[in-house]
Amino acid sequence: MDSHAYRHRHLLGIEGLTREDITYVLDRADTYVEMNRQAEKKRSLLRGRTLINCFFENSTRTRTSFEVAGKRLGADVINMAVAVSSMRKGETLIDTAMTLNAMHPDVLVVRHPESGAVQLLSEKVDCAVINAGDGSHEHPTQALLDALTIRRRKGTLGGLTVAICGDVLHSRVARSNIALLNAMGARVRVVAPRTLLPAAVEHLGVEVFHDMAAGLADVDIVMMLRLQSERMHGSFVPSTREYFHFFGLDEDKLKAAKPDALIMHPGPMNRGVEISSTVADDIDRSLIRQQVEMGVAVRMACLEIMAGTLGNNPPIK
Amino acid sequence: MSGLRRLFRNARLIDPESGRDNIGDLIVVDDRIAAIGAKISGDGLGADVEIIDVGGLCLAPGLVDMRVQLREPGAEHIESIESGSRAAAAGGVTTMVALPNTEPPVDDVSVVEFLARRAREVKLAKVHTYAAATKGMEGKELTEIGLLTANGALGFTDGVKAIADALVMRRVLAYARTFDQLVIQHPEEPSLGGAGEVNEGEVATRLGLAGITPAAEVIMVERDLRLVAVTRARYHVAHVSTAAAIDAIRRAKADGLPVTCDTAPPYFALNETAVGDYRTFAKLSPPLRGESDRQAVVAGLADGTIDAIASDHAPWDQDSKRLPFSSASYGIVGLETLLPLSLELHHNLHLSLIDVLRKLTIAPARILGLGVGRLAPGAPADLVIFDPDAKGRIHTDEFRSKSKNAPFDGRPVQGRVERTVVDGRTIFERAA
Repeated sequence: MDSHAYRHRHLLGIEGLTREDITYVLDRADTYVEMNRQAEKKRSLLRGRTLINCFFENSTRTRTSFEVAGKRLGADVINMAVAVSSMRKGETLIDTAMTLNAMHPDVLVVRHPESGAVQLLSEKVDCAVINAGDGSHEHPTQALLDALTIRRRKGTLGGLTVAICGDVLHSRVARSNIALLNAMGARVRVVAPRTLLPAAVEHLGVEVFHDMAAGLADVDIVMMLRLQSERMHGSFVPSTREYFHFFGLDEDKLKAAKPDALIMHPGPMNRGVEISSTVADDIDRSLIRQQVEMGVAVRMACLEIMAGTLGNNPPIK
Repeated sequence: MSGLRRLFRNARLIDPESGRDNIGDLIVVDDRIAAIGAKISGDGLGADVEIIDVGGLCLAPGLVDMRVQLREPGAEHIESIESGSRAAAAGGVTTMVALPNTEPPVDDVSVVEFLARRAREVKLAKVHTYAAATKGMEGKELTEIGLLTANGALGFTDGVKAIADALVMRRVLAYARTFDQLVIQHPEEPSLGGAGEVNEGEVATRLGLAGITPAAEVIMVERDLRLVAVTRARYHVAHVSTAAAIDAIRRAKADGLPVTCDTAPPYFALNETAVGDYRTFAKLSPPLRGESDRQAVVAGLADGTIDAIASDHAPWDQDSKRLPFSSASYGIVGLETLLPLSLELHHNLHLSLIDVLRKLTIAPARILGLGVGRLAPGAPADLVIFDPDAKGRIHTDEFRSKSKNAPFDGRPVQGRVERTVVDGRTIFERAA
């Protein structure tokens, strides 16, 4: 075992993790990146363990990524789309948690549309819980996979300047990334119209910009966020045309960033809304496909750590 | 010096920005003011300089009218850019800003461009426009404030409608601040104002007309000021008319909020009794208020709480006003009476002449971010020459505006525009 181990029972958020916790997960994930590139990808580390993907909100990418990760480690993976079963029948979240708990899973991966719901569920079960996104709160594995992607390309996170651009207000990806990047010693900026920024966001340790040219000046990493369609037509921003004109990432706006600046997006992308295809598909600068690859490796590391913690160490909350 | 040169001689030069008020000369080269001083020698100017003897009359920056309705596009039979610009010229107004409540409304870049092209073709007073804050002025969805700004919209307002929904207003303010844009509110809580026609009170009761409580104004203003405190956006209250709203704005200014306001001549020149015997020409929005509110408007102008005076020019044809009171449209034409009615504040000793002019020139220009409204070398040669004391009466049938709806016909006034100059071109000169 490494000198430092991840000493938490769950992975509910980046908030509360130390630099050492994060580094440990990233180091473990690094080993799986190589493994995933081999023809033989299967390990038996989690044989006999049960992983339940419990998604109260639609997801394809994250759920599939966890499923692949679990299966590669040999776990039995069950996918529950709760959005279309018990929630419809009026079962409360806690009832659902109790029901799942009675099946003795080893790891629960939970996504829920309400902030804080995953933590509430984690308090009612005996197994480890990984937050796969709760409302506008946290999406820790996304931040970890983003960090791994950056670290593998730039060698380090400390000292980099990262601009997170777009719908910060509704974004759990932004909140997790802000916490992680700050913990790792990066400088974080947010760039958005004021209607898409939460109050007091500067207290999270970011510099706030409302103009892409200023916000992207000399940054190393540009992280674009997805703008959901129901927010595009007048309530938060007037139109996709105006949003793209002022806040969409294209080659012109990217000129403000460092010449070797890299582009990230958690997906799924709205091409022509927050990012142009030219930029998204630039094989030299866009890390968007690598992010998906790193996602599997990071989730394997998280599953391994969660399952291992349960067996070998007394849980520390 | 090259270019077209004009020397305005023997003028009482009044420039509220610098505080200048003295007899002197002013030189215009092409479209700019080139020099200004007590006595400028014309010797160096060459032979082909045009010399205009102002005869000791006032020469001030052309008036900046921050609130007019020009009805183009959509209702050109009531007013057009051309007729409105002729009215402006006759009134000494060299810059005006139109409300977006046209048909179609100014909620799209193409309409802003159309207005700019029409103004270039007419080429009289400078015409700017606000754009709608919400699509179709329906109070629901934001307009393309960034793109409209980039194409010349000077501020965002739903015209003669309040932005009623508090969440929408908050987002309008926050989004507008992203582009450092001004948000202009029609200050009336619509659920209180909706059915009303005149100020709530004795006059309304005697006439049997539905009243609008003065509280409808301060409720909207105070709500907005709370949202301004949250968003720190630049906020402007149009045509304030009540003591309570003026008090609220006075306090907000003392608290350092980025708030400004204007009023229009009817609100200091008239009170609700002007409605008299169902005179629809005295029906406007907000309604003419009681005498104590009128006095509060005068006091707000005098102490600087009210930054600017706008004409609130609202032309209507006979068909819109020759109706039972409840059916008649709201509004008064004002471009051609803006200066003489505002000068009443000076003649009645409420404000100095230069302070009246400040509210008609540099103050609105600064709120709008325009470089006009000043007599300074390099500034645009937008000028008005007027006699502040000339006695006369308002004759609405002499208005250049296509519409004559004003309750001021026959009113004795002092002050007369003699000449109006835009970018060095004389666009109006009183017939001898």
